[in-house]
Amino acid sequence: MTAPGSEKRRSVTKIALAGNPNVGKTVLFNALTGANQKVANYPGVTVERKSGRLRDTGRNGIPPVEVVDLPGCYSLNPRSIDERIAHDVLVGNQAGETPPDAVICVVDATNLERNLYLVTQVLDLGIPSVLALNMMDAADAAGLQIDVDALAEALGIPVIPMAARAGEGIREVRQAVLEQATVSPPVGWPVREDVETEVAALAESLRSEWAQIDPRRVRFEVFASLTSDVLLDGWAERAPNFRAEVLAARERMEAENVPFQMAETMGRYGWVSPLVERIVRRDRSGTADSLSDRVDSVLIHRIYGPLIFAGVLLLIFQAVFTWAVPAMDLIEWSVNGAGEAIRSLMPDGLFEDILVEGALTGVGNVIVFLPQILILFFFLGLMEDTGYMARTAFIMDRAMRRFGLSGASVVPLLSAYACAIPGIMAARTLPDERDRIITIMVVPLQGCSARLPVYVLFIGAFIPAGTLMGVVGYQSLAMTSLYFLGTGMAFVAAWVLGKFVFKGEGSSFVMELPPYRMPQWKLVIRRMIDRSRVFVVRAGKIIFGLSILLWLLAAYPKTPLTPDLEARQTAAAAAVEQASETGDASALEEAMAEASLAENQVASFRTRNSFIGRFGRALEPVMQPLGFDWKISAGIVASFAAREVIVSALATIYSAGADADEESLALRDAIKADRYPDGTPVFTPLVAVSLMIFFVFALQCMSTLAIARRELNSWFWPTVMWVYMFGLAYLFSLVVYQGGLALGWG
Amino acid sequence: MTTTLDQLKPGQSARIDSFTAAAGPRLLELGLLPGTLVEVVRLAPLGDPMDLRVRGFHLSLRKQEAAQIVVTPS
Repeated sequence: MTAPGSEKRRSVTKIALAGNPNVGKTVLFNALTGANQKVANYPGVTVERKSGRLRDTGRNGIPPVEVVDLPGCYSLNPRSIDERIAHDVLVGNQAGETPPDAVICVVDATNLERNLYLVTQVLDLGIPSVLALNMMDAADAAGLQIDVDALAEALGIPVIPMAARAGEGIREVRQAVLEQATVSPPVGWPVREDVETEVAALAESLRSEWAQIDPRRVRFEVFASLTSDVLLDGWAERAPNFRAEVLAARERMEAENVPFQMAETMGRYGWVSPLVERIVRRDRSGTADSLSDRVDSVLIHRIYGPLIFAGVLLLIFQAVFTWAVPAMDLIEWSVNGAGEAIRSLMPDGLFEDILVEGALTGVGNVIVFLPQILILFFFLGLMEDTGYMARTAFIMDRAMRRFGLSGASVVPLLSAYACAIPGIMAARTLPDERDRIITIMVVPLQGCSARLPVYVLFIGAFIPAGTLMGVVGYQSLAMTSLYFLGTGMAFVAAWVLGKFVFKGEGSSFVMELPPYRMPQWKLVIRRMIDRSRVFVVRAGKIIFGLSILLWLLAAYPKTPLTPDLEARQTAAAAAVEQASETGDASALEEAMAEASLAENQVASFRTRNSFIGRFGRALEPVMQPLGFDWKISAGIVASFAAREVIVSALATIYSAGADADEESLALRDAIKADRYPDGTPVFTPLVAVSLMIFFVFALQCMSTLAIARRELNSWFWPTVMWVYMFGLAYLFSLVVYQGGLALGWG
Repeated sequence: MTTTLDQLKPGQSARIDSFTAAAGPRLLELGLLPGTLVEVVRLAPLGDPMDLRVRGFHLSLRKQEAAQIVVTPS
């Protein structure tokens, strides 16, 4: 199987894996690198850079070999970000990246024609290559017989049959890429004559103007410049004459209606199609991917399809909201335990406070969502790996398009019911950039689980427990309405964005429906861990810092206590001491209760005079039209980084004790009992509704902003996101509160 | 007799003649070229998009995009 044309090679230190999506590249990558992997992003873009060290290299005197898994793509003509990265890495244009010494082209043996299209492009770059002919087992099952030797001869590179999922052929591929990777002789694909004349002239021009170009790549670059403005502009400085000539040639051919844009594609397929016809024999007719077809006739059936999809979603939600609870409780318990342990071990003081109240609580706020996120990413990975994800988009596209979204927006939107972060990250599967941005922009409106504590607190305190006509509880009705409000607004916002911001930009939905595959559990779990790590690290860093800052703002400046408070505190402490000396149990209990009450009063006083308290009081005039006093305003400020913080913030302000949670009766009672100086209650049901509506819309979540910035690679959209969501929150709360007052519901 | 791809019923196949508007380069790269055989396998539950079989793989395409592809039913 060794092909002719082998030449002297440098030793291989870097291998790239290139191939279409869904061809098993990642499986091969995992098999080649084992646990030595790094997942990062290419600088400035959201494309994952997966690299690893080839197994058994980099030790025992064997020099290390790096393996890079290029993003899956159908072509090297850079139209999408993925394609641009793959192209730039291969030709050595990617900043901070040395070009690979050898390429493994991974192809799906059941789908050779389309796969070989990309291979011809890679071969034209003149990099030593081998072909990994993957999914040979599936090809066998489909009755396809492939003449491997003839394929190797036609391509001029070694061809290794492989079934990566079954672990077959991996060793051979490894050996081949290290020892036999070959620069293929130029693939002579045909080009229509009128285009060929122009291309030949342009090639000559490029060669003379930029002499150091690899002669193998000249034609590739000419075709790329003819079809891609991005690549053409890349020559503006190095070869300005060439660029001008390409523009002129384009104009000439356009004037004569020469379909030069198609010429390269037609030419390559004109070479690939007869080759595939020659080397692939079908044993049985029409059995290719028939099992997958039969599965599809159920899973995307007109009636069963949507029902099954609904069932799958129900299962996922059940898992996220029920199965995650014990783990979340355990995390909360551990964080509290760790806090107590630190408190008991460390001397009292500022540093201890920062560590426990700021840092530990902040970290706890993030990792408490980890179980939900892990479960969600597990199911998302499973759906992707089996090929079901593409079907959900297929089923939902028509319905979603009405709102300017795409079928592929469904999964991100639904994930966001658990947390906006997996939702935003799941938007990566959207093939269209416009759809992806719109989806990310509206995902945070979905009612995430961090809003739940806020809803629980205020619904529990202000919505009566009765039922509507004996069937639906008012409380659950209120809860459902809040979720509907968020989701409804997400669709409206998507429609507005599509109609007015991205107007005229048509979205497209050209998407492969890959054959179903059995899930690769290891791969699914690894992906789940990788993605969750991104969440923990990214969100964690920001929340961590911000929590410390917010804690400092809530704890400082330390205003001296009023003489009254100070006296009460001292008296209470003395009473406790006295009671414990006399050993009177009931007196001790009483004294302890009074002491804790005094402590809470002190805490409340301190918060009122802290920076956050002052800020809340400064904000009060702005928030008053929504029905919010300084305490609620301060709570909103405090929960800027994470919504659920408002519960503990209010608990502190209302002196219900910092460890009160959303179900705590003390906090509910304190809130209900609060009065303005004139005796009117601070919290009426109307204020509670106004506040909940505020939380439906406002983007009180630093992690969301951080991930959105990462995924959109700019602060522009996250800023727009925060502003429009805050605007909605303010507007809706204002209308509800003022409208309610006018109707006499105050 | 030519028509556009979106007019085909599930089970029908056709050969591509040409593209009316500037068909996306993506379609070309995926192998939808003049002369290529395309089969409509099924429609999505709401009637759109279409599930096509081209060169041995399945491709989903909205009718709006399929309407830009002129075909000869076979």
